[in-house]
Amino acid sequence: MKTLVWVEHDGQAVKDATLSAVTAASQLGEVHLLVVGQGVDGVAAEAAKIAGVGKVHVADDAAFAHALAENVAPLIVELMATHDAFVAPSTTHGKNIAPRVAALLDVMQISDILSVESEDTFTRPIYAGNAIATVQSSDAKKVITVRGTAFAKAATEGGSGAIEAVASTGGDKGLSTFAGAEIAKNERPELTSAKIIVSGGRALASSDQFHALIDPLADKLGAGVGASRAAVDAGYAPNDYQVGQTGKIVAPEVYVAIGISGAIQHLAGMKDSKVIVAINKDEDAPIFQVADIGLVGDLFKIVPELTEKL
Amino acid sequence: MKVLVPVKRVLDYNVKPRVKADGTGVDLANVKMSMNPFDEIAVEEAIRLKDKGVTEIVVVSIGEQKSQETLRTALAMGADRAILVVSETKVEPLGVAKILAKIVEEEKPDMVILGKQAIDDDNNQTGQMLAGLLNWGQGTFASKVEIADGSVNVTREVDGGAETDTLKLPAIITTDLRLNEPRYASLPNIMKAKSKPMAQKTPADFGVDVTPRLTTLKVVEPAKRSAGIKVADVDALVGKLKEMGVAK
Ligand SMILES: Cc1cc2nc3c(=O)[nH]c(=O)nc-3n(C[C@H](O)[C@H](O)[C@H](O)COP(=O)(O)OP(=O)(O)OC[C@H]3O[C@@H](n4cnc5c(N)ncnc54)[C@H](O)[C@@H]3O)c2cc1C
Ligand SMILES: Cc1cc2nc3c(=O)[nH]c(=O)nc-3n(C[C@H](O)[C@H](O)[C@H](O)COP(=O)(O)OP(=O)(O)OC[C@H]3O[C@@H](n4cnc5c(N)ncnc54)[C@H](O)[C@@H]3O)c2cc1C
Repeated sequence: MKTLVWVEHDGQAVKDATLSAVTAASQLGEVHLLVVGQGVDGVAAEAAKIAGVGKVHVADDAAFAHALAENVAPLIVELMATHDAFVAPSTTHGKNIAPRVAALLDVMQISDILSVESEDTFTRPIYAGNAIATVQSSDAKKVITVRGTAFAKAATEGGSGAIEAVASTGGDKGLSTFAGAEIAKNERPELTSAKIIVSGGRALASSDQFHALIDPLADKLGAGVGASRAAVDAGYAPNDYQVGQTGKIVAPEVYVAIGISGAIQHLAGMKDSKVIVAINKDEDAPIFQVADIGLVGDLFKIVPELTEKL
Repeated sequence: MKVLVPVKRVLDYNVKPRVKADGTGVDLANVKMSMNPFDEIAVEEAIRLKDKGVTEIVVVSIGEQKSQETLRTALAMGADRAILVVSETKVEPLGVAKILAKIVEEEKPDMVILGKQAIDDDNNQTGQMLAGLLNWGQGTFASKVEIADGSVNVTREVDGGAETDTLKLPAIITTDLRLNEPRYASLPNIMKAKSKPMAQKTPADFGVDVTPRLTTLKVVEPAKRSAGIKVADVDALVGKLKEMGVAK
């Protein structure tokens, strides 16, 4: 089977999510990559070094600068004439583009796979991860998105993929234009690849307190910062911090949940963490049912003390 | 301006899903079902756009007869009329999108607003598929929607922050959690909704083949985590973290 893997990048560098998708694709067969963007020679060169990679298709065009699905999907459909599976990481680009490709190919997408059982059979979470379904696809071509935490990352060195420019890019379809972005500058490790995550919930009660308590603890631990939906909705933390069924799915070595009750939608995003630490004043909070280490008490006392003693 | 809003009946988000012992799926017998939360947000958004040029809201559901309840809820919130496409068997997002594409051909809406994902199957596909089939622009994971002249500006929740795209109308929008807070239907509106029109169709009426492409071989519970220990104070916690090598 010949796979075409979506390379997630920020115009400068390949993102880690790509590496998990490569691992998933390699379990299906030959791995070809697709780099889409504008001025992405550097990204393509980096991608070509990923272990196990065959060809690297590069589609460089102003119409692809912001990876608008309307422009990118027809390109992928064309490339799928010579590939058997399109594999994308479950990033917002992957989730935005893959179903459009699937519909144009008349294929039912398999979302967010956790494992490859065979060429046509996969496992995937349903009901916020409260159930795992094994599904078999009867479509000739496959369109798949990959849950990053479920697959090891392919090595970033050792490959020598042949870089090849896509003959015709198709250009701008005139359906959509990029009008701007506000990308939060974040010096901390990315949530989806952080080894340690400190997450704050509604109990933090304000943006100021969220940052005054959570940030220093995260700094001490070299951790990424996450949040519950309640904390994001209330404006204590940016939307990009949300961990859960409808936010980011994380599986760090250590997840520290502070003032988070442990709703199933939140657990869906972090229950595969290796070690879960919970701080909550309610000893019956559901988060304690999944926590390896729990401390019952007032976070406003505990967190500063913890930060100091570390 | 006309807006179409597809709504799905799902297990209520407060109910903990239980996997059936025979491994065929999740037990939906005698449990509370509700409108998919993202679809409530979609209905709400359509209603709010009524001050901004939207004149008619049509809601659609594809599913069992019981999905009538879900459509009535949408009508009680403020939608104008409903279409139920009855299927007692499984319709996958691709099939749902194909049926919706046919309804779009008939109804000619200027916008279709869907939820970004249904909280049962968590596929996050239908809106994007519909956009592909119709060759329309797609504003997925929307946190803000502004209608302009012949176009719509959609601010989207993306990895790293927010992105705004301008889409030519007609267009597809899928809702994220922070787009709005859906209203509760008032009792008088629930009463009024009972007399609002609801058409019934079947997938065959649209000539759409909804044979599933995916076969569910089995459904199991994920590996369970068990509760660990509770420590007495911060010193004990620091000790544990050091033991694990997390802290020095
Ligand atoms: C469709 C849908 C999707 C959703 N998706 C997500 C998602 O992706 N991610 C997500 O997180 N949620 C999601 N939710 C929301 C989820 O159901 C919960 O509402 C949310 O996770 C609660 O956040 P919380 O734990 O911060 O707040 P709460 O549930 O209010 O918990 C606050 C906790 O803080 C504790 N506390 C209070 N004061 C103190 C103190 N001084 N010291 C110590 N502890 C204290 C309390 O005991 C309580 O346990 C979703 C909901 C829906 C309907
Ligand atoms: C009786 C019955 C049994 C089923 N059993 C299964 C099963 O065992 N396994 C399985 O995978 N699927 C089953 N389905 C199909 C399933 O319920 C979904 O319709 C389908 O998988 C769509 O996936 P999703 O909702 O996650 O799509 P998403 O792409 O996540 O949905 C996004 C949005 O699309 C719209 N939408 C999606 N579906 C509908 C709909 N039906 N009507 C109106 N709008 C919609 C909503 O706006 C929704 O927010 C069954 C359906 C029925 C009627």
